[in-house]
Amino acid sequence: MSVETPVERDVMEYDVLIVGAGPSGLAAACKLKQIAAEKGAEISVCVVEKGSEVGAHILSGAVFEPRALNELFPNWKELGAPLNAPVVRDELHLFYSPQKSFKFLNFMIPSPMHNEGNYVISLGNLCRWLAQQAESLGVEIYPGFAAQEVLIDEQNVVRGVQIGDLGVGHDGKPKDGVYAPGMELRAKYTLFSEGCRGHLGKRLIQQYQLESKDAPQHYGIGLKELWEIDPAKHEKGLVVHGAGWPLQAFGTEATGGSFLYHLENNQVVVGLIVDLSYSNPFLSPFDEFQRFKHHPVIAKYLEGGKRLSYGARALVKGGLDALPKLVFPGGALIGDDAGMLNYSKIKGSHTAMKSGMLAAEAVAERLLAGSEGGDVLNGYPEKFKASWLYDELYRSRNFGAVLHKFGALIGGTINWIEQNIFGGKAPWHFRDLKKDHETLKPAAQSQKIVYPKPDGKLSFDKLSSVFLSSTNHEEDQPVHLRLKDPSIPIGRNLPLYDEPAQRYCPAGVYEVVTAATGDKRFQINAQNCVHCKTCDIKDPSQNITWVAPEGNGGPNYPNM
Amino acid sequence: MKALVSVKRVVDYNVRVQVKSDGSGVITEGVKHSMNPFDEIAMEEAVRLKEKGKLTEIVAITIGGAKNEETLRSALAFGADRAIHIKEEGDVQPLTAARAFAAALKKEGAQVFFAGKQAIDDDANQTGQMVAALLDIAQATFASKVELDGGKAVVTREVDAGLETLEVDLPAVITTDLRLNEPRYLKLPDIMKAKKKPIETVTFADLGVEKGAALTISKTSAPPKRSKGIMVKTVDELVSALKSKGLV
Repeated sequence: MSVETPVERDVMEYDVLIVGAGPSGLAAACKLKQIAAEKGAEISVCVVEKGSEVGAHILSGAVFEPRALNELFPNWKELGAPLNAPVVRDELHLFYSPQKSFKFLNFMIPSPMHNEGNYVISLGNLCRWLAQQAESLGVEIYPGFAAQEVLIDEQNVVRGVQIGDLGVGHDGKPKDGVYAPGMELRAKYTLFSEGCRGHLGKRLIQQYQLESKDAPQHYGIGLKELWEIDPAKHEKGLVVHGAGWPLQAFGTEATGGSFLYHLENNQVVVGLIVDLSYSNPFLSPFDEFQRFKHHPVIAKYLEGGKRLSYGARALVKGGLDALPKLVFPGGALIGDDAGMLNYSKIKGSHTAMKSGMLAAEAVAERLLAGSEGGDVLNGYPEKFKASWLYDELYRSRNFGAVLHKFGALIGGTINWIEQNIFGGKAPWHFRDLKKDHETLKPAAQSQKIVYPKPDGKLSFDKLSSVFLSSTNHEEDQPVHLRLKDPSIPIGRNLPLYDEPAQRYCPAGVYEVVTAATGDKRFQINAQNCVHCKTCDIKDPSQNITWVAPEGNGGPNYPNM
Repeated sequence: MKALVSVKRVVDYNVRVQVKSDGSGVITEGVKHSMNPFDEIAMEEAVRLKEKGKLTEIVAITIGGAKNEETLRSALAFGADRAIHIKEEGDVQPLTAARAFAAALKKEGAQVFFAGKQAIDDDANQTGQMVAALLDIAQATFASKVELDGGKAVVTREVDAGLETLEVDLPAVITTDLRLNEPRYLKLPDIMKAKKKPIETVTFADLGVEKGAALTISKTSAPPKRSKGIMVKTVDELVSALKSKGLV
């Protein structure tokens, strides 16, 4: 932001500020208020959320393990939590060609992927419900306001965040009559719960050197659609997982997994997760997902159905080895802003919630002891170490690295042995030390991939898909995808990697446009951005920085 | 001078609306809702008039379920002084809404009733006009400029032939069009303050209004899909393609 004259900002102070209304942030907010009520103390809690409403930016599979929710709200059933489709059956398929697959027998499925007692849910709806609980406990939640900067004082202590200004034009100048400077929200403790690759979390990790020394963080991009299908084909609570095609079943250069879950109301969700460690710059996660739906195992459910929504989001899967230090003076990282997802279960919601609750306990202890804040919340990592969350992440520490190193089948077999024989405590330890932005091979050494044209029934083009995400940004505002060096996309990435941003972006934000003169230009259609953060992660030159656009912008996901 | 401003909670304009598979309506569950954009313009205009000293009090009013409180909180953040929530679950048609607003207008003794010219969900464009008819007061619809002066309002309205300027006696109904103003951004401090402003809850019965359905919706369906075009290489090809379709 480049408003030349310093602007006067309103200031509000809270005991605790939470950045992001996802499962970890909302669980933390609820827990804080519960503890305060129990102790008869007053703790003021504020949650800010960049989405236009709680849930608007939430996208997850999701099969939900209720462990953390059981602890937070033992009576969640009476309170009407939207857990309506208990898992009835698990299927795991190895897709080894566009037509063929092998269905694993039940005993062959690694134990973390058994889902008895879990629910197929919409995480967006769960967050909407959690927000209601939080508000009724007295939490103040403000959707539509994006935290843009971390407030750090001279003592290097985090004191809160500054909300982004509203009404700034594309040239960075305030627009007449509508400009509204963003407020400063200050707090004794600030919890960052922005989800995977939070833009403030990323900066905090750099500023306070929180990055894990054991392994770099690893990511995937998850693409998901919500469908309404023929009631005759619908089986509420059915969970189908897949490995292999359209990604590699045996290789290690394009790994990932797929899912199809049956929700309630004849709805199913279908999705593909592509590990961002893929090496072929011509790979397009979006097009892989579109062709995936034509596999007979999947198509048989979707045929005759109607696509209701589309979205995508990066996910963090480095696990325990890649977990950064969780605390710094005045605050903490919780949920996937830290990287709490359990990749062996492909679940991050219960772990996110638990981390938020543990941080909340640590914060409440300090506040009730009369702390004025600003100190390092050492109680949080201590509680984390002693919790089932740590144990769970410890047991799955090898899972992702093994899949990266050995591929789906062999890696999967090792994981089966580790999980089903050793209960996750195998005497080996694998690490994956290559960062996801370092894995691309030069285009000259890679094979072009020709994707089939979408048929308009099962598969669709990118723009009509983004349309279904109900994404919108105020048109006249600075581009929120910043290039450190504007010459890199055309000067370096294009000749070397055929500018992979054109393909890894699931929303068509990046285009290489050729003018009549033959000159090439890198175009950023920031309005399409679904806030998945993949570009920030995968750009081989690490030249793209995702910053928060004006509040309210981004997708408006329904029950995703 | 007091103004009553009606604000309707509708499916957000950014949302890609989907028709229910049984054709009974559109999917509203789990979908983002917000204040009808035309009502935002009405709110903005009322607030600007109050800032100019032409109005002394702004009362926002809505009809709907518990979630409508959000819409009223937005109106209060805009600058309404207080709000009235007519609690009613289920569908409310324009005539019923107009009866309720007319009763509230009378009860409040407000001089101006502001409303968006239409709501973006049903596009009925009826409620404002019906309020005026029920109370037998003046109406100025599709306003693109509003001036209040003493007991009169001077309203410029957008009509097919251009602009028409009306002078109406108060009390009057004014419905707002797109070009009237650009609504402000709601500021976080104002949203915080809005949480503390009073909302009065009433029912149709309190207002002496009976809910009725004058219309029945028989079917809702999505517009037909556009069929795929064909690419032609030459003008001749285009002409013959048009001829073969009998279009020229």
